[in-house]
Amino acid sequence: MAEAAMKVSNEIAITIEKMNKWYGTFHVLRDIDLTVNRGERIVIAGPSGSGKSTLIRCINALEEHQKGRIEVDGTVLSSDIKNIDKIRSEVGMVFQHFNLFPHLTILENCTLAPIWVRKVPKREAEETAMHFLTKVKIPEQANKYPGQLSGGQQQRVAIARSLCMRPRIMLFDEPTSALDPEMIKEVLDTMVELAEEGMTMLCVTHEMGFAQAVANRVIFMDQGQIVEQNEPKEFFNNPQNERTKLFLSQILGH
Amino acid sequence: MTEKASLAFVRDTMLPEQPPPASETGIIKWVRANLFPDVLNSILTIVALYLIIKIVVGAWPWFANGMWATSSLAECREILQGTTGACFSVLTERWNQLLFGFTYPNDQYWRPILAFVLLAFAAAPMLFAMFLPRKLLLFTALYPFIAFWLIWGGTVLTPLFALLGFVAAATVFPRVEKASGFASALGAAVVTAAIVWYVGGLIAGTTPNLIALEPVPSRDMGGFMLNFILGTVCVSLSLPLGILLALGRQSNMPIIKWICVVFIEFIRGVPLITLLFVANVVLAYFLPPGTNFDLILRVIIMITMFSSAYIAEVIRGGLAALPKGQYEAADSLGLDYAQAMRLIIMPQALKISIPGIVNVAVGLFKDTTLVSVISMFDLVGMIRGPILASTEWNGVYWELWGFAILLFFPVCYGISQYSQWLERQLATDHR
Ligand SMILES: Nc1ncnc2c1ncn2[C@@H]1O[C@H](COP(=O)(O)OP(=O)(O)O)[C@@H](O)[C@H]1O
Ligand SMILES: [Mg+2]
Repeated sequence: MAEAAMKVSNEIAITIEKMNKWYGTFHVLRDIDLTVNRGERIVIAGPSGSGKSTLIRCINALEEHQKGRIEVDGTVLSSDIKNIDKIRSEVGMVFQHFNLFPHLTILENCTLAPIWVRKVPKREAEETAMHFLTKVKIPEQANKYPGQLSGGQQQRVAIARSLCMRPRIMLFDEPTSALDPEMIKEVLDTMVELAEEGMTMLCVTHEMGFAQAVANRVIFMDQGQIVEQNEPKEFFNNPQNERTKLFLSQILGH
Repeated sequence: MTEKASLAFVRDTMLPEQPPPASETGIIKWVRANLFPDVLNSILTIVALYLIIKIVVGAWPWFANGMWATSSLAECREILQGTTGACFSVLTERWNQLLFGFTYPNDQYWRPILAFVLLAFAAAPMLFAMFLPRKLLLFTALYPFIAFWLIWGGTVLTPLFALLGFVAAATVFPRVEKASGFASALGAAVVTAAIVWYVGGLIAGTTPNLIALEPVPSRDMGGFMLNFILGTVCVSLSLPLGILLALGRQSNMPIIKWICVVFIEFIRGVPLITLLFVANVVLAYFLPPGTNFDLILRVIIMITMFSSAYIAEVIRGGLAALPKGQYEAADSLGLDYAQAMRLIIMPQALKISIPGIVNVAVGLFKDTTLVSVISMFDLVGMIRGPILASTEWNGVYWELWGFAILLFFPVCYGISQYSQWLERQLATDHR
């Protein structure tokens, strides 16, 4: 692996300070503190319902937080719509269920946001799209519709679609959880490649192999709190918190 | 023969292509599979055949002996001498009245006919958007003004200033929006249009004969033309209004949401015929005396409100059927609300809603005949009123109502077929 390219810079990409979120009266996220440097690759793990999705969805304001501070790329998240749209166009997001636009071709899925948000000319947007579709190894599917592709292919298109906006940060919410086993690898390969190029990444995933290979930090969440964080080797070999130990023993198997 | 030799095989002459056995193709196979597959179906087929033949044989002399050139029902009866036969002469003699009503000036019929022909060219770029260049939509945008001028006549300045008002508003809107937001831009656009229309109205009023067609007042519109005008105008207005209402009902802003909910629920709770009576009588009380608020315009407003409420509910169903992930994907890519709705949400929601929207559109077109109860002379009004009440044609029911069916059915059937075709065109999910 190209270790040199995977160097983390000192520049800060995301700052989260004392962030709290409630769904009604239900306290989902409690006093989250997290700083992410540019080029860092963070894997977030934790039991179902622990607030992993909510955390990364707060970063691009798909969910609103009620207390604390989130700063992305030097822009503080406020309820100002202009602000939110700016952050969203800098931060790419990949969902568990792909969320491709079924009424548009693969190519149109990839060019839509650059054309309408970035005001890129159509020709240029299509060239960029083909570039990234080639990168995720499905340029030949450009004129098909999402419904004609396999799950793994769809997820790779979703990654390409995000990359077409030239984001500086990528968020992944369980990108392989809805895939058949033989398709998980092709998506993980794409993500590893992205990591090697120095993309700042936050990944919610239970693929511990991926975490060990590319993450420089693993964060463990439980009940809306960050319970433990460490570099992958330490995290897996020497977990401190009881919950982490239990979780790892369940997920890594017997 | 050894084992090896029996396994190996090389073909040296190719088999010629043969037609399938006769019992497996063509009419014979179709008849057997569809009409006589078993005893019960065979009986049903025979009974159905018997009934069809009975009806055709019974109705045939009625058509065959039909009179086309008499001048009254009495004359038909005299010639037929008691044998069965239709009196189609009512159609030939009252042809123009059935199509245009009885007061539209005869020498001006070419105008609505031309407007009708042009409608095909205006509708095509919308209906077959995937095959035709987008530039043609320019004609679609101009068509309402052309059609208005052709049908109602008067000076060309009237539709020209109407168009100018829209153009001015459309130019002002984006400039103000960039500087000071959506709400003030909307206000500025409305004020601009109002000023252009007011000034234009004054100018057009002083020169009523500049490039003018003979003006035809609204009360002179009638016959199937009136149904067609009401149907086309109300469908084209109620679709965008329905979309806005459906979006408004979903809005986060409580005031907008409540206005839409109250409007939709109120309109759906009232029979259309009541609204038409309101349009006819009650609205006049609210207007300052002396103002002459066009009756057709009042009816168009009522029918449009009525069907837009239904369309809004149909589209709400389409919106609800979309997975939340589509909104989230659009948001996460940085699309703003308007872009997300226009590019992602609406195309999908409308596609799901096509059958429901078509239902409303077909219903609306047929409901335009309800205007006959507020003494407008649309096709039904013409038949029930001036024609059946006349001494010549009193009692000619089958021929007239059959003709009405013949006019309405192809339009409604056409709309339905088009929508099914469109659904197939737009199906991208399971190819
Ligand atoms: N829209 C919502 N409204 C109310 N509760 C929610 C909503 N979304 C998630 N939750 C709750 O918040 C908690 C955290 O959810 P989530 O962040 O999706 O967990 P994870 O991704 O770790 O499985 C869960 O208990 C879930 O039931
Ligand atoms: Mg989750």
